[in-house]
Amino acid sequence: MTSTQRTSFPRQGVRETAIAVKTRFQSASDVLSDCLEEIARCEDKIHAFNLVLDNQARQRASEIDDLIARGIDPGPLAGVPVALKDNICTREIATTCSSKMLERWIPPYNATVVAKLQDAGAVIVGKTNMDEFAMGSSTENSAFGPTRNPCNLDYVPGGSSGGSAASVAAGFVCCALGSDTGGSIRQPASLCGVVGVKPTYGRVSRYGLIAFASSLDQIGPLCVNVGDAALICEVIGGYDPRDSTSIDEPFSGLLDSCDKGVDGIRVGVVTELLAPASPDVQAAFTKCTDKLAAIGAKVDEISIPELSYGLAAYYLIAPAEASSNLARYDGVRYGLRVAGQDVESMMRATRSAGFGPEVKRRIMLGTYALSSGYYDAYYGQAQRVRTLITKAFGRAYESFDVLLSPTSPTVAFGFGAKQDPLDMYNSDIATIASNLAGHPAMSVPFGLGANNLPVGVQVMAPTLGEAVMFQVGAQIEGLAQ
Amino acid sequence: MTDQASRGKISREEVVHIASLARLGLDDGELDAFTRELGAILDHASTVAEIDLRDVSPMSHPIALSNVLRDDVLDECLELEDLQSNAPDFFEGKFRVPKILDEP
Amino acid sequence: MSSDSLEGWDLVIGLEVHCELDTNTKLFCGCPNSFGDSPNTNVCPVCLGLPGSLPVLNSRAVDLAMRIGAALHCDIRPSRFHRKNYFYPDMPKAFQISQYDAPINCDGWLELTTGKRVGIERAHIEEDTGKTTHLGESGRIQGASSSLVDYNRAGVPLVETVSAPDMNSAQEAKDYVSELRAILVACGASDGKMEEGSLRVDANVSVRRSGSKELGTRCEIKNVNSLKSLGKAIEFEAARQIAVLQQGGTIRQETRHFNEDTGETSSMRSKEDSHDYRYFPEPDLVVISPDEAWIGGIRSGLPPMPAERRALLGSKCGAGSPGTPSSNQVSTVVAHGLDALVLGALDDGADPRIALSRCANEAVARVDAALHLAPTSFSRLVTMESVGDITATQSKLVLGEMLDEVDQKLEELGGSTGGFGGYFEVDPEAIANSKGFEKLDNTTLARTLDDIVESNPGEWERFLAGDEKVAQFFVGQMMKSTRGQADGKAVISLMNARRDKKG
Ligand SMILES: [Mg+2]
Ligand SMILES: [Zn+2]
Repeated sequence: MTSTQRTSFPRQGVRETAIAVKTRFQSASDVLSDCLEEIARCEDKIHAFNLVLDNQARQRASEIDDLIARGIDPGPLAGVPVALKDNICTREIATTCSSKMLERWIPPYNATVVAKLQDAGAVIVGKTNMDEFAMGSSTENSAFGPTRNPCNLDYVPGGSSGGSAASVAAGFVCCALGSDTGGSIRQPASLCGVVGVKPTYGRVSRYGLIAFASSLDQIGPLCVNVGDAALICEVIGGYDPRDSTSIDEPFSGLLDSCDKGVDGIRVGVVTELLAPASPDVQAAFTKCTDKLAAIGAKVDEISIPELSYGLAAYYLIAPAEASSNLARYDGVRYGLRVAGQDVESMMRATRSAGFGPEVKRRIMLGTYALSSGYYDAYYGQAQRVRTLITKAFGRAYESFDVLLSPTSPTVAFGFGAKQDPLDMYNSDIATIASNLAGHPAMSVPFGLGANNLPVGVQVMAPTLGEAVMFQVGAQIEGLAQ
Repeated sequence: MTDQASRGKISREEVVHIASLARLGLDDGELDAFTRELGAILDHASTVAEIDLRDVSPMSHPIALSNVLRDDVLDECLELEDLQSNAPDFFEGKFRVPKILDEP
Repeated sequence: MSSDSLEGWDLVIGLEVHCELDTNTKLFCGCPNSFGDSPNTNVCPVCLGLPGSLPVLNSRAVDLAMRIGAALHCDIRPSRFHRKNYFYPDMPKAFQISQYDAPINCDGWLELTTGKRVGIERAHIEEDTGKTTHLGESGRIQGASSSLVDYNRAGVPLVETVSAPDMNSAQEAKDYVSELRAILVACGASDGKMEEGSLRVDANVSVRRSGSKELGTRCEIKNVNSLKSLGKAIEFEAARQIAVLQQGGTIRQETRHFNEDTGETSSMRSKEDSHDYRYFPEPDLVVISPDEAWIGGIRSGLPPMPAERRALLGSKCGAGSPGTPSSNQVSTVVAHGLDALVLGALDDGADPRIALSRCANEAVARVDAALHLAPTSFSRLVTMESVGDITATQSKLVLGEMLDEVDQKLEELGGSTGGFGGYFEVDPEAIANSKGFEKLDNTTLARTLDDIVESNPGEWERFLAGDEKVAQFFVGQMMKSTRGQADGKAVISLMNARRDKKG
C-alpha cells in the first residue's frame, strides 16, 4: 500500500451511533476514543482539522454517558461525534476561518447551530480546515496548509468545506457541518465521496456563521449517508430570532421522505450543467439517471439557458458582499493587528498581512463591482441576472419535481492543478445557481470516475423542497450500492 | 478575448484606487497580478453586463421576507474580559488605536 | 460677524438633524441604549461587529421613526436598509447600516413659529457609531498620540431628518432646530438633550447674490453641538463664503468643522475617495413594509404637537397681551413637555404668570425630575407664592427641594427615568416649614428696614436723593437680615412709601 492510497474509511453513521450510545451498546466515551484514535493515526497525512478538542470532547462524552446512566435521553444525536467548519463560532474555542487574520480570535459566543447540536447530545470533536474565509474550491487557500482527500492523498478534497468533507470521508467523525455559498458543501462532498446538503436559504440560522456572502451563505451537513443528513438538517434547522432572514416554517419529516421511492417523480436533467462535465463524470451520471428511470422516475432533459450567466453573476455578487463583510477585519477590536504610524496605515498593514491572495482578489473584485460608476453595470446587473435565473428555475419546476446534474464537472484534481482563478471558479459551475436562487440542493456519491475517484450527483429542488430532494437523494444512494 | 481587451477592463491605476478603498496595501507584483487577473474575471463578468435586463428587477435576497422585528427588550451584554482578551490594544476599558489623521 | 456684511447676499440653509431614539435597546441588538455608562459595557457580538453576528431590527425604533414621520407630515413608505461602507475606528463593522434609496419617511414639512413652512426631504433610520476620544495634551484629533474607542453608542438608533434648503438665516435655522426638537420630544422619540448628543446638527450652507435663483456651492458644517453654535457657525460660514466670492474666488464643496472655541469653521482633511461609500442593500435585513393599519395606528396615536399645545397653553395663560407671560416662556415650557404641569396648576386656579415662570425658568433646568412631579404638588407651590405665603426666592428654593425629592424617588425605582411614566406627590408646605419660611408681617419688615437705614445712613441719603441703583443694596441687606424671607417687591414698596412720606 502506497502512502497515496486510501488509509481510512467512513465510520458508522449518525443514527447508528446514536442508537448504539442510547442503548448502551457503546458508550459515548468509547465512540469518541475510536474517533480520536483514528485522528491520531491519520490526521498527519490528511490535515482535516485546524483544532481537535481532545479534553473538552472527552468531558462532553462522559457527560452524555452520565445522562444515559441516569435514564435521561441526551437527544437524537446522543454521543455522536461531530466536526465543525472553522467558520462556525464556538464559545471559548478558537474560530479562525483558516486565516491569519483570526488565528488568535476566541469567540465569546456560540453559533445557533452549535447550541442546537449540543442540545441534541452531539459531541464536538474539532474545527475543520477550509479555504480562507470560505473562498476557494480546493482547501488549498487555507493559511494553515491544505487538506488532502482521504480517497487519495494526491488529490484535493474540494472546498471550501474541504476539511469537513475529509473528516467524514476519513472516518474521523460521523458528521461535519460546512457552509455553502456557491457549492462549498456539495463540491467537496462530491470529491470526497460523502453526502453534502445545502438547505434552502433561511432554513438553517446563519447566526454565528462567519459571513462570506450573506445573501448566499447557508450551513449544512456532510454525512456518510442521506438519512443521516436529513436528521442533521432537522436538528440544526428551524426558525431563529437572531437571524432576520431565517424562515419560520417547520423543518421536519425529512427522514420519512427518504423511504418514499421515486415512482412517478419527474426528474429533469439540466443540459447546461451536464455539458461541461468530463466524460468519466458524464458516464457515471448517466448510469445514475438510467437507473432512476428504471425504478419508476420520469427522467427527461431540460435546457435552462439562463444558467449560463450564473457563474459571472455569482463572481460579482459574492465578492461584493464579501468586500463589505470582511471590512471589519481592521485590527481595531479583535484578530490580527500589524502596527502602523497612524490608524489608516495600521488598518492597511493589518489587512495586507492578514488576508491571503484569494481573499484579497475577491475583496478587490467586490470593491470594484460596488464602487461608484460601476455599481449598475456589475452588481446591479448581477442582481437582475439572479432574478432571471430564479424565474427560469421556477419555470423548470413547473415540469419537474427535482433537477439533476453532476455536482462537480470533474472528479478531484491534483494540488496546484488550477492556478488560474477562473479555472478554479469553473469548479462551481453546477452548484452556484442554487445559491443564487436560494434553493436547496444536495450531492450524493454515485460511482467512480477517473483515477477511481468519487463522482457526485446533484439533486436540486425548489424553495422549501427538501422533502422531495431527500426522497430522490435516498434512492440515488440506494442505486449506487 | 484578446489580452488587449481584457487589459482594457481595469487599469493599473484603477487597481491602485480600489486597493486604497479596500485598505489593502499591494506591492508592485501584486498590483500587476491583480490588474491581469481582475481584468480576466471582469472580462468574463461582462457577459452579464451586456445582457438587456432593463425590465428585470434586481434580487437582493433569495427569500422575500418583510417586517422581521424584535421587541425592544434587553439582552445580555459581553463581559469586559471577553473584549480585552481579544483586543489588540485595550487601555482603560477602551480600544486603543494609533493616531487618527482624518475625520470620517 | 455683523449681519450687515451679508447685505446683497442671500443665505440658503438646509439642515440634517440626527436624533437618538428613546428606546430601551439598540437598533439591531438587545444592548441598553443609555448614556454615560462605563465604556464598552453596553456591547454584544452584534454591536461590536464580531464575526458571525447578525442584526435584528428593533420594533420600537421603527414605531418611533414612523411617529416622527407622521409628526412631520411625511409619506410613510415601505423601506429597506443599505450598507454604507467606509473605514473608521468608531465603526465596528466598517459599514453603517442606514436607509438610502428607500427611506421610511419622505416629503413632509415643518412649520416654524413664524408660520413659514420648511420642507422635509426625508427622515430615515440608521445606526449610531461608537465614540472616539483622543489621547494627548489637546484632547483633539490633531496632535493626539493615539485614540480610544468606546462602542457603547455604536448601534444606538438614530433618525436623520433632512430638511429642504428652505432656510435663509441663522435665526431661521435655530428656530427650525428648536421646533424640530420640540416635535421629537412630543413624539416620545427623543429626550432632546443636545448636550448629551441626543440631537446633533449638520448644516449645509451656501450663499448667492440677492435675487439670484441659482443655488451656490454648499459646504457642510459638522460638529455643531448647541443652538448657539449653530447660529455662530452659519454666520461665520456665510461671511466666509461671501468674502471668498467677493474676492473673485470660488467655493469648494467640502465638509467643514466648527470649532466651538474660536467660533470658526475650518476645512476637514478629506481624501478623494472618502465619498465612495459603495452602498448596497443590506442582505442581513429584510424590508419594512408597514400596512395601512400600522401606519393609521401611528398617525391616530400621535399626541398633540407643540404648535397646538403652545396655542392651548398661551390662551389659558393669556400670553401675548401686555403684562402677561411671554410667548417665549410658553414655547420653552412646551418644548420641554412641561405644559401638563402648568395646565394642572391652572386647573387648580393658580396664577398663570407664576406657574409659567417657575416652569420656564426653574423646572426646565431639571426637566427629568419635573416631568415626574405631580401637577397638584406644583400647583400648591404656585398658590403659596401667589398668595404671598412665600417669596419668589423662597419658592424657587422649595421647588428645587421638591425636584430633589422626585429625583430621589426615581433613584429608588432603579435610577432610570425612561421606563417610569407616573408622577410623585411632594408637599411644598412641609419643605417651606422645614426651612422656616414664614410670611413676614409688615411690622417686622418695617422694623428691620429701620435697623438697616440706621446703619447705612449714606446709602439712605442717596436713595432719598433719587438714586434708584442703591435700592437694590437695601433689598440685598433685607434678604440677608431675614435669611431670604423678605419679599423683594414688598421691600421696595416699603422704601418708596417712606421716601414719598418724607417728600
Ligand atoms: Mg446619515
Ligand atoms: Zn449589542
